[in-house]
Amino acid sequence: MSDLIFVLLILTGFVFLGSGRLQFSIRTLALQGILLGSIPFLGSLQGLMGRVTFIASMSLIIKGLILPYFLTRAMHRSKAMHEDHPYVGFTASMLVGIVCLGVSFWLTSRLPVIESKPSQMAIAVAFFNLFVGLFVIMSRRKALTQVLGYLVMENGAYIFGVAYAIEAPFLVEFGILLDVFVAVFVMGIMIFHISKSFDHIDTDQLSSLVE
Amino acid sequence: MMNNPVIALLLLIPLLGGIAALLIRRDNPRRALLVSVAGIHFLFSFTAEGAPSLHEGWFALDPLGRLFLCITSTLFLIVSIYSLGYLARERSLEKEVRTDFESHSMFANGPESLLTACLLFFLTAMTLVCVSNHLGLLWVAIEATTLASAPMIYFHRRQQSLEAAWKYLLICSIGIALALFGNFLLAVSTATLSGGEVELLLGDLLDQAPLLQPTWLKAAFIFLLVGYGTKMGLAPLHTWLPDAHSESPSFVSALLSGALLNCAFLGILRAMQILNAANLAAFGQELLILFGLLSMGLAATFILHQRNFKRMLAYSSVEHMGILALGVGLGGAGIFGSMFHAVNHSLTKAMLFLAAGNILAKLKSKSTLDITGLSKSMPVTAALWLCGFLAITGSPPFGSFLSEFTILKAAIDQEHFVIAVAYLLILSIVFIVMGTIVLHMYQGSPLVEPDLPRERELWISVIPPAVLGSLALILGVYIPPFLQRMLAEASQQLGGAL
Repeated sequence: MSDLIFVLLILTGFVFLGSGRLQFSIRTLALQGILLGSIPFLGSLQGLMGRVTFIASMSLIIKGLILPYFLTRAMHRSKAMHEDHPYVGFTASMLVGIVCLGVSFWLTSRLPVIESKPSQMAIAVAFFNLFVGLFVIMSRRKALTQVLGYLVMENGAYIFGVAYAIEAPFLVEFGILLDVFVAVFVMGIMIFHISKSFDHIDTDQLSSLVE
Repeated sequence: MMNNPVIALLLLIPLLGGIAALLIRRDNPRRALLVSVAGIHFLFSFTAEGAPSLHEGWFALDPLGRLFLCITSTLFLIVSIYSLGYLARERSLEKEVRTDFESHSMFANGPESLLTACLLFFLTAMTLVCVSNHLGLLWVAIEATTLASAPMIYFHRRQQSLEAAWKYLLICSIGIALALFGNFLLAVSTATLSGGEVELLLGDLLDQAPLLQPTWLKAAFIFLLVGYGTKMGLAPLHTWLPDAHSESPSFVSALLSGALLNCAFLGILRAMQILNAANLAAFGQELLILFGLLSMGLAATFILHQRNFKRMLAYSSVEHMGILALGVGLGGAGIFGSMFHAVNHSLTKAMLFLAAGNILAKLKSKSTLDITGLSKSMPVTAALWLCGFLAITGSPPFGSFLSEFTILKAAIDQEHFVIAVAYLLILSIVFIVMGTIVLHMYQGSPLVEPDLPRERELWISVIPPAVLGSLALILGVYIPPFLQRMLAEASQQLGGAL
């Protein structure tokens, strides 16, 4: 069952690479958030404690509902609905995605297997989303898409944490969620300022500060 | 549990101060609040030795954390006093329409209450970095420093500042996401322990380090180094640094360079502690030497053709972060040198940024070509600028000479002659290039309009950098016993010797 989720997480990564419509990208991200949040519920149910349930539901609500809602609002306010001219085209991006996937599995194979842990798949998926997010940040112009890329990266790290059921204490889990939330909030405000003072949110206009 | 709640107070006072700053509408009480919080924080930081840990060892002050806390707190106090003059001047300028001297477009300032609040939240976050003994908490704290400082870079609501703040936020967030991944890898490396996984408490990890799975531990270190290294400004991930430092108000740059970069360095040092305990020190040291030399070299080339003096200072920070990494990478006495250099660099760089702020405020230019004859137009600041240059390049009477020399000696003692030569070469290039720029600005006659009113320099804008400079000078001839002990204990924690 959890292997299915990992496959879906890889697919969402590819969808994200291939789509130019921001609304669609935001929805893909929301789907990722929901998939992530549901991993703990699919595992061994007997080990599910109240604290884990609470954190998982909170992450599900924040990553699956609140952040997508907030990003959609930022999108409408900045009037940028589509990633028009990415530095790397969508088809080429898909090819890069395939390379990322290969590299992720290769990296994973280099790490020794840990007996007590679930499938090695989780770490490959985590690497993959980390790379996809990084690539999207580098290859897209719109500030909003870059924020989405950052969130995919963050999800990558998070997939790993959730899948390996790393026992992070409440304070840390809560802190991580809060930090991500505030980061996106501050970025959203900045997008608003960028769209106000540049008339659009293409970051290639943010280039007066070069050597 | 709360017999001696120093750590809790260190965190709560600036946090509550920040919230209060958002609510206070009048300028003077808010500014008084800023300085008094800074003062109280300073007193607590220096008397916090032996403070009991809180929350089962999550929050604790070991010598390493205390060293960085003391640097941060000292700097914050001095800079907050300087900021009073800055804020008053900005307030008086607000009455007229302001035109940016670079792009000639109009701009306004952000709300001062937000700036003050962010300063205090920034202090809270940096304190949390210093007192965190749990690696997860440390991560949360380092990310919080980014979030608290990004709005300050955008205090002047200009397009360039916005651009700098955006780059800063995005690049540092990427770094921090990588560091999160590193933390998870570290957690997995504990799965081989007989008792199952342990929490990422520093003490537990150090105790059981030899039993950790080495490959996963190495992978974790790489991610932590790259992640926190981004924030520390290690090349090639330093690209946010020159923009953020040159676009933010000068006193904010002083804090970014003197305090924030150190905090990120502390994140790397924590990872290094674990590698040491796991007998994998050599692996981490090689990487630190590599990143250190790369940063120094790259920074030197960028300083070489720099026409903006604030960017010059920013690249100099990249260079010095390289020196810090190199010192720890060399190990032995180099670690002591590196810890001592962190102190010297913070004091000196903050002094230079404050002096740069004075120059910028008066001459309205960041260009090294436009500015000459500082010694005539603003003699006190010019003297500070010159002293700052001598201090930052490691000239003899200053503390940085001792620390840079200690690192050099460590390289020679360990027969790393190539590293020693490269190190000396880069230091001398930077000395010559910065010297040319600074002397050009210092000497000659002022180019700017002769009808510029010859007003006296305000004490509030020259005393704080002068105090910083004097401290940097005193450290060159006399290291107070408490500092000596703190430095020695901190380097011992990292496996260094005197």
